[in-house]
Amino acid sequence: MSDAKIELRNVHKRFGSKVVLDGINLTVPKGQSLVVIGGSGTGKSVMIKCVLGIIRPDRGEIFVDGKNVLKMDSGQREAVLRKFGMLFQGAALFDSLAVWENVAFGLIQGRRMKRKAAKDIAIEKLAKVGLGPEVGELYPAELSGGMQKRVGLARAIAADPEIIFFDEPTTGLDPITADVINELIVDRVKDLGATTLSITHDMSSVRKIADRVAMIYKGKIIWEGPRDRIDDSGNDYVDQFIHGRAEGPIGMDVLKP
Amino acid sequence: MNFLAIIGRVVLALLAEIGRLSLFIWQSVSHIFRPPFFWRLVAQQMMRIGYFSLPVVALTAFFTGGALALQIYYGGNEFNSESIVATIVALGITRELGPVLGGLMVAGRVSAAIAAELGTMRVTEQIDALTTLSTNPYKYLVVPRVVAAVLTLPLLVFVADIIGIMGGFVVGTTTLDFNAGVYIKNTVDFLKFDDVMSGLIKAGVFGFIIAIMGCFHGFHSKGGAQGVGRATTNAVVSASILILAANYVMTSLLFAN
Ligand SMILES: Nc1ncnc2c1ncn2[C@@H]1O[C@H](COP(=O)(O)OP(=O)(O)O)[C@@H](O)[C@H]1O
Ligand SMILES: [Mg+2]
Repeated sequence: MSDAKIELRNVHKRFGSKVVLDGINLTVPKGQSLVVIGGSGTGKSVMIKCVLGIIRPDRGEIFVDGKNVLKMDSGQREAVLRKFGMLFQGAALFDSLAVWENVAFGLIQGRRMKRKAAKDIAIEKLAKVGLGPEVGELYPAELSGGMQKRVGLARAIAADPEIIFFDEPTTGLDPITADVINELIVDRVKDLGATTLSITHDMSSVRKIADRVAMIYKGKIIWEGPRDRIDDSGNDYVDQFIHGRAEGPIGMDVLKP
Repeated sequence: MNFLAIIGRVVLALLAEIGRLSLFIWQSVSHIFRPPFFWRLVAQQMMRIGYFSLPVVALTAFFTGGALALQIYYGGNEFNSESIVATIVALGITRELGPVLGGLMVAGRVSAAIAAELGTMRVTEQIDALTTLSTNPYKYLVVPRVVAAVLTLPLLVFVADIIGIMGGFVVGTTTLDFNAGVYIKNTVDFLKFDDVMSGLIKAGVFGFIIAIMGCFHGFHSKGGAQGVGRATTNAVVSASILILAANYVMTSLLFAN
């Protein structure tokens, strides 16, 4: 297991009486792309936020490069966070800042880079997601959903992270735009040689970006395997999910948020 | 349900909220004194909190000073009123009404605006995004607002003091036919530095309350647009009540001897 970039061991989290994560065990090998699938409200975002230190798990261990991030002080944790980039579900762009300032944000605020130098990098990253420099001067509210996702991607890769998290990168997009985003993700991750952990319930996204796939259900990882095995996983839950069937072991009650 | 159980639940919820607020205040204050400092954001917030509150605060002070002059005149037996109206207006405005009414008006404007802005940032994951971009949300969002409010509220109240006394003067010299020179002399003779100073100290504390309550409720809002609306209301109500309570405590401390 020496090549594990991220490892979650027996991670638990509940909100009030509601158990969201119930003993998650998951390993993301270095340089690989792991995609976690699962219904809405099953705790996929909570799991990612536990790794990022945004939510503190009740129990369990989380390792990044072999070090337990839950045992770190805030200084060490910040150093680890610099390895990460994250694309949020709704893009989560800062709507008070211009697009280029959004992309350059981590460089200017987090790394104290000069605004001029950071802007040059931002424009370059925008080009990498297919957006011209003129878009940099716009505000997030002026962009379509697909463009916002592109800007979110540019912001996630701006500081050349070793690890990138994608939270439902294609949700809410039309199939063609979704495919464009998927391809951008694959290409940019390849440039950086990054390790990625993605969340989705879009199967075309899974087939495009995953090396390995894991399925979360009722707070646990119930299946994990290489991408090519998802069609013959032999797991009824996975089968029901990837074919989007209403009948099966997954009851509708848990698919509601 | 059992009556005691209801009381118990309410008390527990209240204690939990006080605990969360204390933690929030501790986090925020500890970040005020640790670099990096975002001076640009402080200046920007001072503009938004202070400058744009001027008209509201000035109008409030002017009419309050005028009404106070009338009340004292009609309430007293009109004997000797020329000397006491000026004095009581000056003391009443600088010690109590300037800071309290100014604080309440700014609470309505600013606590609400802060809670709505940060609440929206919370539910759209912008606050989480800050963390992933190596920027501490307390430092970037809370500290500039708190510092700006603590610095600007005394300035606002100082302006309110002047305009409030002017309100009394205008009513005194027009409606009540007082002699302008005598009115000014009575104001200047009886008003002491300590009176003004006590009001400005109160204003600084009110500024802290206004910003902290806005930030606290914004940070902890959840559940979409409705949650943000609730956070906004709670911020204004709690800030107003805390201002009145803190005012009582400070009056009893500052004027104890
Ligand atoms: N901060 C929070 N406080 C309370 N409940 C939360 C919080 N964050 C998430 N939840 C709950 O946890 C469950 C899982 O949420 P989430 O991880 O966002 O689901 P998804 O798998 O769709 O990303 C949901 O039922 C949600 O209501
Ligand atoms: Mg989610």
